[in-house]
Amino acid sequence: MAFETALELGAALDAGRASAVELADAALARAEAARALGAFVHLQPERAREEARRADARRARGARRSRLDGVPVAIKDLLVQEGEPCGCASRILEGFVAPYQGTQAARLSAAGAVIVGRTNMDEFAMGSSTENSARGPTRNPWDPERVPGGSSGGSAVAVAAGIVPAALGSDTGGSIRQPASLCGVVGLKPTYGRVSRYGLVAFASSLDHVGPLARTAADCAVLLEAIAGHDPADSTSLPEPVPRYTDALSGDVSGLVIGLPRQFSDGAGADPEVLARVRDAVAELERAGAKTRPVELPHAPHAIATYYLIATAEASSNLARYDGVRYGRRAPAASLGEMYRRTRSEGFGPEVKRRILLGTYVLSAGYYDAYYRKAQKVRTLLRRDFEAALAGCDLIVSPTSPEVAFRIGEKTTDPLRMYLSDIYTVSANLTGLPAISVPCGFAHGLPVGFQLMSRALDEATLLRVADAYQRRSDWHERHPELPR
Amino acid sequence: MSAAAPAPGGYEVVIGLEVHVHLRTASKLFSPAPVRYGDEPNHDVHPVDLGLPGVLPVLNRKAVELAVRAALATHCSVHPRSIFARKNYFYPDLPKGYQISQYEEPLATGGWVEVEVEAGSARVGLTRIHIEEDAGKSIHDAAIAGHEGSHVDLNRAGVPLLEIVSEPDLRSPEQAGAYLRTLRQILRYAGVSDADLEKGQFRCDANVSLRRPGAAQLGTRTELKNLNSFRFVEEALRAEIKRQAAILDAGGAVQQATMHYDAARGATRVMRLKENADDYRYFPDPDLVPLELEPESIEAIRRELPELPEAKRMRFQGEYGLSPYTARILAESRELADFFEAVVRAIGADRAKTAANWIQRDVLQALGAGGREIGQTRLAPEALAALIRLVEAGRVTAGSARALLPELMERGGDPERLVGERGLEAVSDAGQLEHAADEVIAAHPDVAAQVRAGEPKGLHFLIGQVMKRTQGKADPKLVREILSRRLRGA
Repeated sequence: MAFETALELGAALDAGRASAVELADAALARAEAARALGAFVHLQPERAREEARRADARRARGARRSRLDGVPVAIKDLLVQEGEPCGCASRILEGFVAPYQGTQAARLSAAGAVIVGRTNMDEFAMGSSTENSARGPTRNPWDPERVPGGSSGGSAVAVAAGIVPAALGSDTGGSIRQPASLCGVVGLKPTYGRVSRYGLVAFASSLDHVGPLARTAADCAVLLEAIAGHDPADSTSLPEPVPRYTDALSGDVSGLVIGLPRQFSDGAGADPEVLARVRDAVAELERAGAKTRPVELPHAPHAIATYYLIATAEASSNLARYDGVRYGRRAPAASLGEMYRRTRSEGFGPEVKRRILLGTYVLSAGYYDAYYRKAQKVRTLLRRDFEAALAGCDLIVSPTSPEVAFRIGEKTTDPLRMYLSDIYTVSANLTGLPAISVPCGFAHGLPVGFQLMSRALDEATLLRVADAYQRRSDWHERHPELPR
Repeated sequence: MSAAAPAPGGYEVVIGLEVHVHLRTASKLFSPAPVRYGDEPNHDVHPVDLGLPGVLPVLNRKAVELAVRAALATHCSVHPRSIFARKNYFYPDLPKGYQISQYEEPLATGGWVEVEVEAGSARVGLTRIHIEEDAGKSIHDAAIAGHEGSHVDLNRAGVPLLEIVSEPDLRSPEQAGAYLRTLRQILRYAGVSDADLEKGQFRCDANVSLRRPGAAQLGTRTELKNLNSFRFVEEALRAEIKRQAAILDAGGAVQQATMHYDAARGATRVMRLKENADDYRYFPDPDLVPLELEPESIEAIRRELPELPEAKRMRFQGEYGLSPYTARILAESRELADFFEAVVRAIGADRAKTAANWIQRDVLQALGAGGREIGQTRLAPEALAALIRLVEAGRVTAGSARALLPELMERGGDPERLVGERGLEAVSDAGQLEHAADEVIAAHPDVAAQVRAGEPKGLHFLIGQVMKRTQGKADPKLVREILSRRLRGA
């Protein structure tokens, strides 16, 4: 059952062809078998089996909570689940066990989904390769010498390797979509505010999103239904009711207009093979009845710079709480200042330190106007670009990543090159618009994904088009061999 | 503000005050944890107050309402949109590594407080009022911590605070004290805060500088931090003014610094020089949306504002004919003013002055003895009205009535019944009084002789003796009449 979808597993449970306990055991066994990939930082077999037993009991009573009741899932190591460790792949949170329940875990539980473990990531979600992890890198199941992308690399691999049908990740600049693309799975970043951030350990609050990764758009739809919706504990959470996304999956895309931004048409800096796969995908959607038209996004070239100013500024403040005073790691020291310095010097990895330094600089008196305030202005202009473009089309398409999975270690010494991995994805974070990455073939033997963006709160259209494409393609049905 | 007596050396004193006030809410500014005083350390905390990974702040709407009320009560413009910002710094009692405050776009700006000063009353301008969260408390005292090292108590972390910044309009320590007392009174009246200084609900930082009278530029200022009583503020300012004047007199320059006031020595000393401006790296808090206030909701809060001290004093003078002095005393707290008006309602508006006199003189004296507020006693306004009526009807003497007040405050009850139970009815039986008068005259023939010879002092003594014999229950006027008649007639 390794590569069945969440909906298929739910149906198997409904039909009595499997039990939730069997599914949890199978997922845990496969996680063990795939240990070399480093997808998980923590497995919780006892708790998962107990929850699975309860799910089986509910089904036996005819009281299942949702189609996900009893289906095994994984969550990224920065989503808080009460009573479980939450390490954010950082030394500084070593030994920290969450004493409260996050909204995302609470909603998965309310739907009956069984969380089997926590997935690896770049430390505090800072990275595009899952190499910046205190727990060691995660490997791409299509080629274990290559990265899975990041920062939600563990979640992408847990799904791509058939350990779980679906997982939650977080996306601050592309951290769900880029690893989804590099691992050949679907990854959805919903509209900002659609999924609560309460329980998501913050990297950059105005850019952080929680979303699902799965092998199909339909599974993403069912997961999004479970986790989306207003949360009074998150002031930026949106009050709009959550539609039944699975009802939108009609397979019909006729009449939809797909915008092609010039940046994509030019393809500057992107692998031509990747661009070719994405063009094929657009052509397939045209055959299905969609139309295309060019769109202008004049400020898009500034998106990466804008993103790295805002993201690092917010991160420098968000990560101040890891000070050794209340929880996590504390270095022994003779004075308060020395305790702070040693705790944070030993606890944070180099990329996190780089971003804290950058963000501290960006917010400093005398630089604030030149960097942070200006970046916010550009962000507004970018938002207007996308609003204007989406007034003339329903979706905007691009590659998700300019290239396929790169080799482990290939970019670790060149952070600027690493930052360019996010060139197509950061705009959706800066604008808050929903975006999805869908597998659309292979280049150099490695998966390629294309990205669709839509209007705010129009996840239904994204999912409908992604699902329609998957009905007409079988890329998502190809699976990697587990390494020996 | 009007000029005050010049400082030592003929300098003009310039003072601006920053006041931090705890808002009277049931829960914290951004978490559901309760706001309580005196609980076990770290008892009143929620994951949000601990700054745990993944938590988010949610604004307490009651705190906003109270803050708006404070702003309106001090004539500020309340902005329809204000922004919460993060003030970033590291300290063990600051769990998130930043304090959520307001910076570029505060809740309110540009108000004033009317303050009584030497030359009458004057307006002290308010620069701004903003909402922020309090920090926890660091305990460095090994005796409290139980061992070497420091402890942190986060019960106070996240308690809603109002920061009220005055213009540099104050010209003397006494004016600063008057401003603080007035501001505290307004905030208590408006129900914004209990402003209990001992609980740290009303704290003050003072900025002070000196300059030559008429100078356009302000002198270099120093900041006095965490002054926790009005007396302290005035003392500390006097000490700091003396220190600055001495520096300037000697031809020196005041350095910008944060000062500590050592009450034992009665002097200030430099705690920290401010050579560089602190860089708190303020930026809008992305976890919170802008605070938007509809004009109608601001107006609704304005309509519900209670009558403030100034207006109440004026009304008491106009409506009840009280002197400005009595009106001020009765309007000192909303509680006392309400008590007074309840007594007036019970006894009739025509007796308002009598009621005022009773409260001002006797009730406050009885309260003062126990150091209590009127609401902490069991004296009902109706009971005081009844007591006054008994006195006016001559059924009990003023002295007996006064003696009953402590008991009425302690245990409450009906004055009429108490008077009966205690046998305190006034002795108005002329025969009984005449008999007592005759006995007193007989016992003190020499004094009686003096009075007959036209020495009035002796009459007071004889009245006192008759009162004594009747245990104070006799009407002194009647006693005087009887004594005079009998001494004349004999």
